[in-house]
Amino acid sequence: MADTVTVTINERKITAPAGSTILDAAHDANIYIPNLCSHEELAPYGACRLCMVEIGSREKTKLVASCIYEVAEGLEVRTETPRVNNVRRFVIELLLARNPYAPVLRKIAGDLGVKDTRFKKRDKGCILCGQCVRTCREVVGVSAIGFKGRGVTRKVTTPFGESPVDCIACGSCSYVCPVNVIPLKEENGVREIWNTKFELQKCTKCGRYFAPVKQLDYFSKITKLPKERFEVCLDCR
Amino acid sequence: MKIRNPKELEKLRNKLLANKDPQKPCITVCASSGCVALGSKRLVDVLNKELKERSLEKDIDIKETGCHGFCEGGPLLIVYPEEICYLRVNEKDIPNIVAKTVLNHEIIERLLYKDPATGKTIVKQSDIPFFKKQERLIIGANARIDPSSLEDYISTGGYSALAKVLSQMSPDEVIGEIKLSSLRGRGGGGFPTGVKWESTRKAEGEPKYVICNADEGDPGAYMDRSVLEGNPHSVLEGMIIGAYAIGSNAGYIYLRDEYPLAVTRFTLAIEKARETGLLGKDILGSGFDFDVTISRGGGAFVCGESSALFASIEGRAGEPRAKYVHATDKGLFDKPTNLNNVETWANVPLIINKGAEWYRTIGTEKSKGTKIFSLVGKINNTGLVEVPMGISLREIIFDIGGGIPKDRKFKAVQTGGPSGGCIPEQFLDKPVDFDELVELGSMMGSGGMIIMDDRTCMVDVARYFLSFLEEESCGKCTPCREGILQMREILDRICQGQGEESDLETLEQMSQAITDGALCALGSTAPNPVMSTIRFFRDEYEAHIRDKRCPAGNCKDLISYSINQATCTGCGACLRACGTNAITGEKKKPHAIDPAKCIKCGACIETCKFNAVEVS
Repeated sequence: MADTVTVTINERKITAPAGSTILDAAHDANIYIPNLCSHEELAPYGACRLCMVEIGSREKTKLVASCIYEVAEGLEVRTETPRVNNVRRFVIELLLARNPYAPVLRKIAGDLGVKDTRFKKRDKGCILCGQCVRTCREVVGVSAIGFKGRGVTRKVTTPFGESPVDCIACGSCSYVCPVNVIPLKEENGVREIWNTKFELQKCTKCGRYFAPVKQLDYFSKITKLPKERFEVCLDCR
Repeated sequence: MKIRNPKELEKLRNKLLANKDPQKPCITVCASSGCVALGSKRLVDVLNKELKERSLEKDIDIKETGCHGFCEGGPLLIVYPEEICYLRVNEKDIPNIVAKTVLNHEIIERLLYKDPATGKTIVKQSDIPFFKKQERLIIGANARIDPSSLEDYISTGGYSALAKVLSQMSPDEVIGEIKLSSLRGRGGGGFPTGVKWESTRKAEGEPKYVICNADEGDPGAYMDRSVLEGNPHSVLEGMIIGAYAIGSNAGYIYLRDEYPLAVTRFTLAIEKARETGLLGKDILGSGFDFDVTISRGGGAFVCGESSALFASIEGRAGEPRAKYVHATDKGLFDKPTNLNNVETWANVPLIINKGAEWYRTIGTEKSKGTKIFSLVGKINNTGLVEVPMGISLREIIFDIGGGIPKDRKFKAVQTGGPSGGCIPEQFLDKPVDFDELVELGSMMGSGGMIIMDDRTCMVDVARYFLSFLEEESCGKCTPCREGILQMREILDRICQGQGEESDLETLEQMSQAITDGALCALGSTAPNPVMSTIRFFRDEYEAHIRDKRCPAGNCKDLISYSINQATCTGCGACLRACGTNAITGEKKKPHAIDPAKCIKCGACIETCKFNAVEVS
């Protein structure tokens, strides 16, 4: 298999590593494709459907999600066709109905020429892109949160809606959330996330609270290093 | 007992046939879910008791069989050797049936089928018009065998195709035969089965998997259930043959748990096949190993979609993933996987036994063989019908189905389940095959056929399918999860008389976006019922939107009930039927409905014998 392939994106010939997605190839070539659920640290997912592009030659084309579809030699891609824009505008309107205020959604909507959503606003906040759930599973490796329900009742939650047993309070879910709907609070040596209070570790040298105890325990467990190694903050090491 | 080679299988078959006396009286009772629900298990109990009391247990056989298809007439009972078919049998009829029909060869007229056209009774099942035009290659055996008996299946030629394949054919020859037969997937898409098998065989990666998709879930469809309940070994035999051709040693059947009888019978079939050496290691002494595991589905409609089905078997939530790589290359556990539907597998032994050339003589140019449809809705003969491809919709609905109840007017037939569409009257003479139905904006689907009459509102039908899919959407991708909801809400408004002129254009635009944007086939085909009803029944949408009127008299916000004072006889039937005391009137004088109390349930219209209740 060749290391690189040549594809055409919007009439431009582009060389991309074999096995990369259309989205990555386009972004490397400074061609912007809007997207919400993809993240460079996460496996391709293909759920938000904002990154749809049209592939194929003029007679026979189809729409695919560029965040999943892999480039192949000679592939023809167009990122801004009427069909593509119809889907993107529809998707952003649907997402605005779930969350009318998030700056990231308003920005994408503006780029697509969508001023507001014509659908009834339900203001659910979460847009179900799943970045939090996938980060917790794929990057952190603890799977403390997940989806429940299906269809419109789908929701990100902790197991049984209770305090998450496996959560290490690392806050990655909150950090990665594009619409900022996972609250994280810190006060008097306590971090609160998912309605649960987690004790923070005081640096044994400078006395500053710097990380949740459960997270440091987790580090110790996966690195097989003694706990004491993690009781000093990065600055004091 | 192990059957060690094809010769021993033949020996067993001959022995079974030799021990069978075709003249011995036998009473068969349909024991499929439909007839069981109507009390057929109780019939069997009473029959057993009756025979015991008369000390006839050894002289008369009782057999519980699979679904015959004529569900309208259930519970169904047949007396052999004369093949006398009794319908809607009650346990009180049993002593009579034994005394008169079985012992004295007397026919009980009352229990026979009565032809509504001629008024004459019909004795034999095969002479009933419902059965006459059918070609029952797959479900025909249901009526003859006891699904829990491997011996019954073997005595009707069962596993002879497997023996033939293992002893006389190479895997490539098997694939060649299936390809030549032009068998296409019966699950809905109609993909050529032989081509799929070949791709899986050629794909790189081990092990390879063979799966039977038994997650039938289209509203109104129960063909696969009846095949699994009535003839589980035919599906199993098809799977073993497929596995041999593809080079797979491990199979799964993804069977929905809402089909408990099918689960029980298929489990039994697997156990018996294992015990006898038809499944497991060294099948029939050929050196070929194959076994099947039952994976019970939890009831999500989306799990009938291949990638969601794989996820579910793997133990994850049943969510589809993008299918830019074919399942034949990377399916279950990312290994080459061949997934076929129940009915497709059941066709395989038939093709091997009778030959692809024979199979090709049935059907149309591009769709060969037969198809089982479940005929439901506003139809006289509700049930399962198996017909050759190419038969017209009119023949299915009127000749076999017996037309519309109460002689109402036919309006449309919905095929293809929630992914399909509604076909209006002007296309009734079109032949039914995979490509013609797509041409008509619908699809074959797994075989559900819902018949609608002039009192069915097409906007409401579209709304029903959308709300079905709204609940069944897995929720992963935005267009399906949110888009179907928004479309359904527009249809809600239209049905409530709040529709706007621009709604139709909006619906069409949304349909295009969902079709283009959804991740899997559940979402991308979800707008089909809306698109096809707009295409053929635009005037009905416009009546709702512009005139705030429901022409079918169905949408509650747009109709009111009244009693025609001239035709009402004052019989009081509607008054007694009304659940909200909205109807008043003296005996033998015209009644009246109080609109303030009326909830428009339609109970009065159903009971009135004089067509005096009017909807406007």
